[in-house]
Amino acid sequence: MIQPVTTASKFRISFLSWWMVWIFVQWLVISSYGFDSTISITDSFVCNILLAGACLLITNNMKFYLPQKERYWYILITSVVISAIWLFAVKSILHIFFKNDPGYTVFLERSLYIRFVIGFLMTGCMAIIGLLWYTLREQQAADKRKEEAEQMTKDAELSKLRQQLQPHFLFNSLNSISALAGSQPEKARHMIQQLSDFLRGTLKRDNHQHVSLEEELHHLGLYLDIEKVRFGRRLQTEIMVSGNASMLRLPSLLLQPVVENAIKFGLYDTTEMVMIRIEAGIADKDLFITVTNPFDEATSVSTQGTGFGLVSIRRRLYLLFARNDLLVTEKKDNRFITHIRIPQYLYESNHH
Amino acid sequence: MKAIIIDDEELARSIVKEYLSAWPSIKVVQECNDGFEGIKAIQQHRPDLIFLDIQMPKINGFEMLELIEQPPAVIFTTAFEEYAIKAFESHAVDYLLKPFSKERFDKALQKWQQQNPQQRTAETQKLLDAAGLTPAQNNRVVVKDNAKIKIIPTAQIRYLEAADDYVKIHTTDGCFLKNKTMGYFEETLDEQNFIRIHRSYIINIQLISRIDPYEKDSHLAVLSIGVKLPVSKSGYAKLKQVLGI
Repeated sequence: MIQPVTTASKFRISFLSWWMVWIFVQWLVISSYGFDSTISITDSFVCNILLAGACLLITNNMKFYLPQKERYWYILITSVVISAIWLFAVKSILHIFFKNDPGYTVFLERSLYIRFVIGFLMTGCMAIIGLLWYTLREQQAADKRKEEAEQMTKDAELSKLRQQLQPHFLFNSLNSISALAGSQPEKARHMIQQLSDFLRGTLKRDNHQHVSLEEELHHLGLYLDIEKVRFGRRLQTEIMVSGNASMLRLPSLLLQPVVENAIKFGLYDTTEMVMIRIEAGIADKDLFITVTNPFDEATSVSTQGTGFGLVSIRRRLYLLFARNDLLVTEKKDNRFITHIRIPQYLYESNHH
Repeated sequence: MKAIIIDDEELARSIVKEYLSAWPSIKVVQECNDGFEGIKAIQQHRPDLIFLDIQMPKINGFEMLELIEQPPAVIFTTAFEEYAIKAFESHAVDYLLKPFSKERFDKALQKWQQQNPQQRTAETQKLLDAAGLTPAQNNRVVVKDNAKIKIIPTAQIRYLEAADDYVKIHTTDGCFLKNKTMGYFEETLDEQNFIRIHRSYIINIQLISRIDPYEKDSHLAVLSIGVKLPVSKSGYAKLKQVLGI
């Protein structure tokens, strides 16, 4: 995701000019020792082109591996090693070219120390530039994510009622209550209670962003109870939690929209009874949840691209965990399955 | 007077029944869970009035009505379909927003009693055409295939052909007739994929394999399935624009 420094056009231009200047300077210096232009130009070119290559190698390497701690030791050691390899290569190549010139061979031997120091300084500088670049980029990416997450929280607060409580759900529930009020007032009162508990739960969740699966499932239960009054026997649910999964944590109000999507999808895609299955378990220390609903391959166009409501959930997970693979959907044997993975590392430090 | 209630929620049907008990002249002859049952019940009972929910399993209320040849008077009942409400507001068809009061319900029935049936049918027809433009419906077409109801995703449509009062829909699954006009389909189908190339033809441009010149001012579109269809002068202009040629 982070662009390597070597692709920036400004960098390319300055890098090129830098080495041209050095080639020129070294040519002058070596000529001043009385060597002819063939020797001085070859020496200068071989030295500097190889050194430029070593510098590129160092920065590009940083794209793939940059230690989190001990960054400066890492730079120092890489620079020393790369300079040594460079020096060895320079010496071998120049030796092949001019082994018949004893004056130059002596000069080459004697200048090895100064060459090494120059090489070390160059590669060191380049490594530091690379380090700064990548650190800055990482910082920027992190800032951007944080900013977006904050913006998202704000937006979520504003559109919370709209998002979490689909008006459709709310008005249909009120209509059910209205129907019950005439014939079975006790039941109507009970449903008003359920709806209030659910609404209160949704509003309350503002402050603490993360809850245990147990709490989330309790909230989900309130929602499912109301939907079951509406749809009667057509809607069946099954919730299975294995092991200690109910103690694991997840962002609040994450599961309910997924289940709502599954219900809407399932109920409007078939005229039969609909079974919604919610399973939770632990794998690799992370929380895994799957939500399964039936759907009809042939007519699922009706619900507009299978799981439109899931887009915002996937986005929310990305903003929290910087990963795009935490929500995956699959269609199998006329079932639509939503897989969610919640990494637990966020909660390890402040686990209670 | 006979009435049928079509809604996928039992409690929603029960409140209509309860309010109707104050209208002894109207008898509820059947309650239906979805549009499929609704169509059968309407054909069987020929009711004077139906109460129809919009969001229902498989086919929605509008799509169900489209499949009935002489639809009875309709009072729509719905909770929150923004697009539907817009359609209602611009057409004189009555609708009840859930939850609705007894007073509001009675008013709708009084209005129904006073209405002229012909005018009402015309208004309902206009409403259905408007509903066809909505996002919930413009990616599929519902047709009747003998006694069966078939939902065709628009991606499966190859081309449409005018056939008297009907439009013949050629799909990957065979041909179906729908009682609509070419103009209706020209307007409702996604214009990036479906182009009216001729007075009598709308084609799925994904299937065009080439366009050959043919006589003066006209062309022939050759589809990858081997069918050749005439392209008029204005149709060719539209094709050129969409295909970028």
